Amino acid sequence: MSMERLNLYTKRLKGFINQYKESKLGIIGLIILSIFIFISVFANYLSDYSIKATEGDLSAQFEPPSYKHWLGTDDVGRDLFTQIMYGGRISLLIGFLAAAISGGFGTLVGLFAGYFGGWREDILMRITDIVLVIPGLPLMIVLSALLGSSFWNIIFVISIIGWTGTARVVRAQVLSLKERPFIESTRVIGAGDLRIIGLHLLPNVFPLIVAQMVLRIGSAILAEASLSFLGLGDPMSVSWGMILHWAFTTGALFSNYWWFLLPPGICITLVVLGFTFVGYALDQIVNPRIRRR
Amino acid sequence: MPHEESIVEIDDLKMWFPVRTGFLQGLLSKEQRYVKAVDGVTFDIKKGEIFGLAGESGSGKTTTGRVILRLIEATGGKVRFKGKDVFTLGKREMKEFRRRAQIIYQDPYASLDPRMSIFDFVAEPLIVHKIGNEKELVVDALERAELTPPQEFFYRFPHELSGGQRQRVAIARAMILNPEFIVADEPVSMLDVSIRSSILDLMVRLRDELDISYIYITHDLATARQVCDRIGILYLGKLVEEAPMDALVDNPLHPYTQALIAAVPVPDPTVEKSKAIIKGEIPNPINLPPGCRFHPRCPYAEEICMKEEPKLIEAKKDHRAACHIVTRK
Amino acid sequence: MVLLDVENLRTYFETRGGFVKAVDEVSLQIEKGDALGLVGESGCGKTTTVLSIMRLLPSNGRVLGGKILFDGVDMIAIDEEKLRQEIRWKRMSMIFQGAMNAFNPVFRVGDQIIQAIRVHEDITKESASKRVKELFSLVGIDPDRTRDYPHEFSGGMKQRAIIAMSIACNPDLVIADEPVTALDVIVQAQILELMRDLREKLGLSMILITHDLSVIADICNKATIMYAGKIVEQGDIVTIFKHPEHPYTQGLLTNYPSIKGERKKFAPITGRPPNLISPPPGCRFHPRCPYADEICRREDPETVEMKRGHYVACHMKNR
Repeated sequence: MSMERLNLYTKRLKGFINQYKESKLGIIGLIILSIFIFISVFANYLSDYSIKATEGDLSAQFEPPSYKHWLGTDDVGRDLFTQIMYGGRISLLIGFLAAAISGGFGTLVGLFAGYFGGWREDILMRITDIVLVIPGLPLMIVLSALLGSSFWNIIFVISIIGWTGTARVVRAQVLSLKERPFIESTRVIGAGDLRIIGLHLLPNVFPLIVAQMVLRIGSAILAEASLSFLGLGDPMSVSWGMILHWAFTTGALFSNYWWFLLPPGICITLVVLGFTFVGYALDQIVNPRIRRR
Repeated sequence: MPHEESIVEIDDLKMWFPVRTGFLQGLLSKEQRYVKAVDGVTFDIKKGEIFGLAGESGSGKTTTGRVILRLIEATGGKVRFKGKDVFTLGKREMKEFRRRAQIIYQDPYASLDPRMSIFDFVAEPLIVHKIGNEKELVVDALERAELTPPQEFFYRFPHELSGGQRQRVAIARAMILNPEFIVADEPVSMLDVSIRSSILDLMVRLRDELDISYIYITHDLATARQVCDRIGILYLGKLVEEAPMDALVDNPLHPYTQALIAAVPVPDPTVEKSKAIIKGEIPNPINLPPGCRFHPRCPYAEEICMKEEPKLIEAKKDHRAACHIVTRK
Repeated sequence: MVLLDVENLRTYFETRGGFVKAVDEVSLQIEKGDALGLVGESGCGKTTTVLSIMRLLPSNGRVLGGKILFDGVDMIAIDEEKLRQEIRWKRMSMIFQGAMNAFNPVFRVGDQIIQAIRVHEDITKESASKRVKELFSLVGIDPDRTRDYPHEFSGGMKQRAIIAMSIACNPDLVIADEPVTALDVIVQAQILELMRDLREKLGLSMILITHDLSVIADICNKATIMYAGKIVEQGDIVTIFKHPEHPYTQGLLTNYPSIKGERKKFAPITGRPPNLISPPPGCRFHPRCPYADEICRREDPETVEMKRGHYVACHMKNR
């Protein structure tokens, strides 16, 4: 890569950062997410406690917060604060992966439907509509129950519901881009469909996809939390949704063990909020605003 | 400068767009209606010639340009490029055609890919046709388009350039494969006035140096006058007159052409003001009047005009018109 | 009789990048009955000048100096309410760029004009309706069509309706911003004819803003050429077209395509209009001027009266 090209990309990046800095919500979101990501990644350095269910201290069940256990203990005596930290890992990871897969798939659908039009578009969009119409959570529940709960199954189930929004947004953008002369001029010079889709449409749709995907991460995390809470999550994993599940099933609600119930919920809320703010800030920047001259 | 041989021959070209009617109408009436945007247009473009295709909105001029380049599939008729029928070209020949025939669009703000650097955009045709030596050829093309020093423009983006500069980039990209024919669709109408003449000047000089043929699509007869060798006037999808540029301006035969020329204002306050010698506006292209399409507005219309469509006939040397009254003389 | 007197108007826009000096010391005068053509390329300040006169600048635009007197009324000092009630539309109206597309599609055309009248005049709906029908006749639209919706009107008809709206309250001055740019050639000629006609019949004074020199030559009796926020030349129409003195005017006219007369040899003006946040020092045209000298790069030229009514801002003419 030549020096000039590198300069070109850095220029773009700087421009983007400057624009992003203007959004207060975006900054807040970024801060929230940085904190959570940091804690998740470095969880094993930040805590000595184990999260393995077999290594709990049954004598220390349901202890309220103390100096020893900042957020108290759960039903098998494990430190909750540690679980919250590790829990972030699963939740965030599932969130990212599900959003990436559904975003990628949705983009492909949107690109092909929008570019080719005709019967191909009709079929793709009708499929999209059908999936959209089916209620998301019930479908996820049914699929989870059928497929069994494992890390990848959950990701699969969340992705299969989530691609429709991206598909629609991408298709709309492609339809409007198709009208612009620069796309037609690529046909005039003899470029094939693949080149047009991959090198002209995709880069112009890309910022929109990124903004979409960030928002999707938030909803994917919520979806995982819901499934886990309902007992369809991987029972071996420690995610925030699973913590809530154990809290609920071991009667923490009725026994008023608030340190068991509140922290996971608050974490989920904060993280989803974080992604929503960042997604919102990105959307402000990339939304096809008329940016001429 | 134009040669005797033709490089592009358009023969009875038709482009009809089906009209989507409402649900009920579609059920009740069996007839499919069309917007006959281009309806039987015939003319030739000589090698090295700048051929003007002029008309108002709804005339079909832009559609003609796109059909010639086979960007949309024509409903009927033929387009021959260097003798070969463009509509029946095989894949490889089509690729050759795409090397030799290029386009320049009206809107410099929408005809460049906003996410591509100027270098990549101008070099793209080379990559598509697997021609190496990109750097040299891009420098060459940018210089020819008068964007100097070329290196300064390599890594800039469209939004950093002015309208005139963007149009030059579009010209550079159109030129880089050494085309023989360029469709110029209103190339200066969205540019500032002081820039227009320099872009037109560039186009004419490229023609002088490289023998490129152009079809210059426009609604602006004044700029057409400055650059065109021959010109055809379109009205509602039909060619109503075709002649050398000066001949058309000095002696317009068809009543519509006469009205057009009388209507164009002149940058000189001491001459006669522009006149609207015909009334009304261009009618809806879906419901075309029978016979000559211009008859409802024509001051000379007679019986025959309402029944029969006039043919494009050579009324004077090299000067064709489609009008019953004219051909009678 | 001087109807509009603008003196040393300065209007700047506040933007993220700095102050855009859109209109910088602009002076012009309209006498009753004049049709002044305000000519220049995009960004030269012609629309901003006019918006300043009518007090319709966007929120980041500020009139920072100068004087605008309309028939003796101080247009800068007058308060908003009085401006709306007494001046706007009743004495000075405007045809905006692209106005023909600004009709509300869900209301009838006639009703929209009636509404415009009644906002500025205290008359009954019936009287207003009657007036609209008269106006339609005046501008060449069938009076029975006041009950049509905008989509039923063709482009030319919409423009005629807009013109009708602008003269609805019998103003003294009509300002038209690119009134014929978007129209087909023949319709353009019809509208220009109409405007010439109305000007005679109603004794209207006009400011016509356009980049199209041939339209100016067609309708106006005076012309003002603007470049980069400044006026470079003003005078009566024949003088400007036949004896232009400013290099920019000369460049424009030499290169202006015409359908009649000899084919021109192109001698295009090189370069492009400057950035108005930091315009070039001295004369704003000097980077593109074939005659630029030392002084042009340093000092802003003064406006000189070459002969009666003909003003030029160029150092070369100062001597």
